[in-house]
Amino acid sequence: MNIVVCVKYVPDAQADRTFSDSDKTTDRSNVAGLLSELDEYAVEEALKIKEAHDGEVTVLTIGPAEAADATKKALQMGADKAVHVKDDAIHGSDAGATSLLLARAIAKLDPQPDLVLTGMASTDGTMGVVPTMLAERLGLPAVTYASELTVTEGAVSVRRDGDLASQTIEASLPALVSVTDQINEPRYPSFKGIMAAKKKPVDTWSLSDIGVDAGEVGLGSSWTTVESFAARPPRQQGTIVADEGDGGQKLAAFLAEHKFV
Amino acid sequence: MAVVLVLVDHLDGKVRKTTAELLTIARRIGEPSSVFLGANVQAAADILGKYGSQKIYHCDSAELTDYLVVPQAELLAQLVAETSAVAVLIPSTPEGKEVAARLAVKTGYGLVTDAVDVQSVDGRIVTTQSVFAGSYTVKSTPSKGNAVITVKPNSAPPQQQPAQPELTPVDFTASDLARTARITASSPKEKSGRPELTEAAIVVSGGRGTGGDFTKVEDFADSLRAAVGASRAAVDAGWYPHTSQVGQTGKQVSPQLYVACGISGAIQHRAGMQTSKTIIAVNKDQEAPIFELVDFGVVGDLFAVLPQATDAVKSSKG
Repeated sequence: MNIVVCVKYVPDAQADRTFSDSDKTTDRSNVAGLLSELDEYAVEEALKIKEAHDGEVTVLTIGPAEAADATKKALQMGADKAVHVKDDAIHGSDAGATSLLLARAIAKLDPQPDLVLTGMASTDGTMGVVPTMLAERLGLPAVTYASELTVTEGAVSVRRDGDLASQTIEASLPALVSVTDQINEPRYPSFKGIMAAKKKPVDTWSLSDIGVDAGEVGLGSSWTTVESFAARPPRQQGTIVADEGDGGQKLAAFLAEHKFV
Repeated sequence: MAVVLVLVDHLDGKVRKTTAELLTIARRIGEPSSVFLGANVQAAADILGKYGSQKIYHCDSAELTDYLVVPQAELLAQLVAETSAVAVLIPSTPEGKEVAARLAVKTGYGLVTDAVDVQSVDGRIVTTQSVFAGSYTVKSTPSKGNAVITVKPNSAPPQQQPAQPELTPVDFTASDLARTARITASSPKEKSGRPELTEAAIVVSGGRGTGGDFTKVEDFADSLRAAVGASRAAVDAGWYPHTSQVGQTGKQVSPQLYVACGISGAIQHRAGMQTSKTIIAVNKDQEAPIFELVDFGVVGDLFAVLPQATDAVKSSKG
């Protein structure tokens, strides 16, 4: 069972994130980056499948030089090897272009993966559409938001918890599955894992390596153009009262005053 | 006039309010046509016409319900090709976003998800999204002029503009790819009788401070006819189902009123609720970051504050 896990290097959500004025892309210069928290669940799930079914786990990322940090964490957790697609022309790529880059990089993998795993969304863009766009480009079935994943002979079975029903979905392999944060508890890299990661192979591929033309990706080729961005105006400081036995009544009075009751 | 396709969200022909919102938005950028998938299109035709639908494309094939979203995207791509639609509007549900993602790749249209507003500006489609945990507002336009847009609930007040829609059946056969994933079992969720979380006008949420006892949160919510949400801490502890989780990895809600009870207000939770119009918090910890966001806050024990507030709300209603 060969598994590729797509991971993203993102600006820390705890920090004040903003856009760069020059080209209206995410400003990465003033904010520390890290492996998107939601991708750790995909890495963990890949490792669990590997432990049960053998095979190899490859971690794939697209991004600037610093993005190697995201793959490093995955290698420390136990992934076998990493591929980092890096090229200046990639800057500003939107979800459509990102899915194209991932698809072409996956097409170059040898052997081809049986399973493509991703997190449910990145913690920066949070659109959650790259997994499905990638599956569409690869011609694969996609099962998104998996909260349970079982691999059987030539197929995967996935539990998915929706608003109306909890569903079981079966897809034939090869397939793409995106996982939620309900699926497992990601392991911390052990000292042994950290040491071993240093010796693991990391391939760095350029656009030409994966057969993508610079004109197909980056800011200039994005399917949507950001016209403007604006910080949300700070909320006005509200009224805060200490409960002195009448906190509930004060709360109800506020609701009445603002016509909620 | 340019055609705008609207994917109808319905349950056995009963059209959801979000579809009326989408049709209202569609009229700003072109002439809306509804796409109705499944049974009972007749039951839906009245309401779709009331909100200005010129045509209703409909298809009731088992392939559309058995095989996840691929057939829906294929059918929509077929209609985009036939109508040269300038935009396709889809509800911003997990399934809707998936249909949109596949459709955008198939059509080469720009993709915008979770739009909170869509306008026509000098003949261009301009969408508004709230990003970075609600701290920024971004306006975008499709680079090539046309777009697939998923729209969040409550993004526009539905306005009627009656039309006589023409019902057009669609011939459709799903591809082999569509058959590679299928739903093999489905167990319906228990109905709470409360409003749906993402559409509710009022949401009352509980967190770690409930200690696992949501009864006071639920009683207060019921007095306000509100939906009940939960923080990730409460969900991870197994106190409330994941489908009720408000936050980055759960539901994004934007109600008229949000009441956070025993929730500290981590960035992940704020990502899911900080665009709420009015915010109230009840928390024992006066240092809790949630208080930075509130219009009104009570520093106190939710087990004392909420029952008192519930009684006061009930008695004010007589």
